[in-house]
Amino acid sequence: MLGTAIIVFREVLEAALIISIVLAASAGAARRGRWVSGGVAAGLVGAGLLALFAASLAAAVSGVGQELFNATILLLAVAMLGWHIIWMSRHGRELALSARAIGEAVISGSRPLYVLAIVCGVAVLREGSETVLFLYGIAAGGGAGAVAMIVGGVLGVAAGVAIGAVLYFGLLRIPTQRLFAVTNWMVLLLAAGMAAQSAGFLVQADLLPPLGEAVWDTSAVLTEDSLVGKALHTLIGYVSRPDGIQILFYLATLSSIWLLAQWIGRPPPPHPRPSEQRPVTT
Amino acid sequence: MLRPTLLPLTFLIVAGTAAAQDPSYTLVIKDHRFQPTEVEVPAGQKVALIVKNNDSTPEEFESTELRREKVVAGGDQITVYIGPLKPGRYEFFGDFNPTTARGHIIVK
Repeated sequence: MLGTAIIVFREVLEAALIISIVLAASAGAARRGRWVSGGVAAGLVGAGLLALFAASLAAAVSGVGQELFNATILLLAVAMLGWHIIWMSRHGRELALSARAIGEAVISGSRPLYVLAIVCGVAVLREGSETVLFLYGIAAGGGAGAVAMIVGGVLGVAAGVAIGAVLYFGLLRIPTQRLFAVTNWMVLLLAAGMAAQSAGFLVQADLLPPLGEAVWDTSAVLTEDSLVGKALHTLIGYVSRPDGIQILFYLATLSSIWLLAQWIGRPPPPHPRPSEQRPVTT
Repeated sequence: MLRPTLLPLTFLIVAGTAAAQDPSYTLVIKDHRFQPTEVEVPAGQKVALIVKNNDSTPEEFESTELRREKVVAGGDQITVYIGPLKPGRYEFFGDFNPTTARGHIIVK
C-alpha cells in the first residue's frame, strides 16, 4: 500500500506543482476555476485513453510514437506558457493595478485562460496516463489487494495535491502587485524546463543528436530521484546530467520568450497627465 | 510543418535499423524482473536498447542516470536509444515495480 502511495505521489506531484503555478498566475481572473478544472478533466480523460492505447502509441512511427507524442505535447505546453508570459507582459501592469484599485476588471475577462487550461491538461495527461498504467498493473497482477491499492492511490494523490496546495497558498501570500512578476518568472522557468524535457525525448527516439552526453554531472549533490530533485526538475527544469541539446533548448526557450515579452510588453509612450509626474513602473 | 520534416527522419531511422549501424541489446522483463540485470555496452557509441515485456502488465523502463523513460505495455516491446556514453555504471529500473525490476548497464 505504501509502495503504491509513493509511486502515485511521485506521478501526481509534477502535475500538482504545475497546476498550482497556473492557478497562482491566473489569480483574480474570472471563471479561471472552470477553465483549469476543464483542463484537468480533459487531461484525465486523455490519460485514460492514452493508457488504453499505450501499445499502439509505442509502436507508432517506427517505434518512436511515445517519444514524439510526449515531445509534441510538451512543446505545445511551452508555446502556451510562452503566450501567457507575452500576454502578461502587455497587460500585467494594468491587471495588477486594477486588482489593487478597482478589483475585478474588464481586462481580466479577456485573459487567455484556455492557454492555462491546455497546460493543466498536458500536465495531467502525461502524469495521469502513467498512474493509470501503474494502477492497472497492480490490479491485473493481483499482487496487492484492491483495497490496499485504492487506499494507496488515494493517499498518493492526496499527498501530491497537498504539496501543490502549499505552493499555491504560499504564492498567494505575495502582494498582488508583485505576484504576477513572480509567477511570470516561474512560468518562464517551467517552460524552459519542459522544452529541455522534450529535447530529451527526441534524443531518446534518436531524432535529435544529444550534442554532448551529460555535459555536467551534479548527481552527487542532487538527483532527480529525490523529492527536492524531482520538485526542482518540474519547477525549473533541473537535470543532474543534461545533454548539450537539452541545455540548448532550455536557453533558447528562456531567451526567446523573455525577449519577445520585453519587445511586446515595452511600455507605451507615456501620456502626460497633470496628476501624475511619471508613468507607473513595476 | 511537422510532417515534411519528420517523414525523412522516420526513413532515416528505418534505414539506420536496416543497416544495423547501432548495436542493439535486449532486456527481457519477466515476473517484474529484468533479464539480464547487467548489460555491457561499448563506450562512445550510440546503442539501441530493446526492452521486451513478457509480463501481461505494463512497465516503464526508466533510468535517472541515462535520463530515459518509456512505457512498455504488457506483451509488447520498445526500443530506447542511449549514448554515446562515457565509461561507468548506469542504473535502470522498472518504474511500476521499482523494488524487483532493477538492473544496470556497464559502459566500457
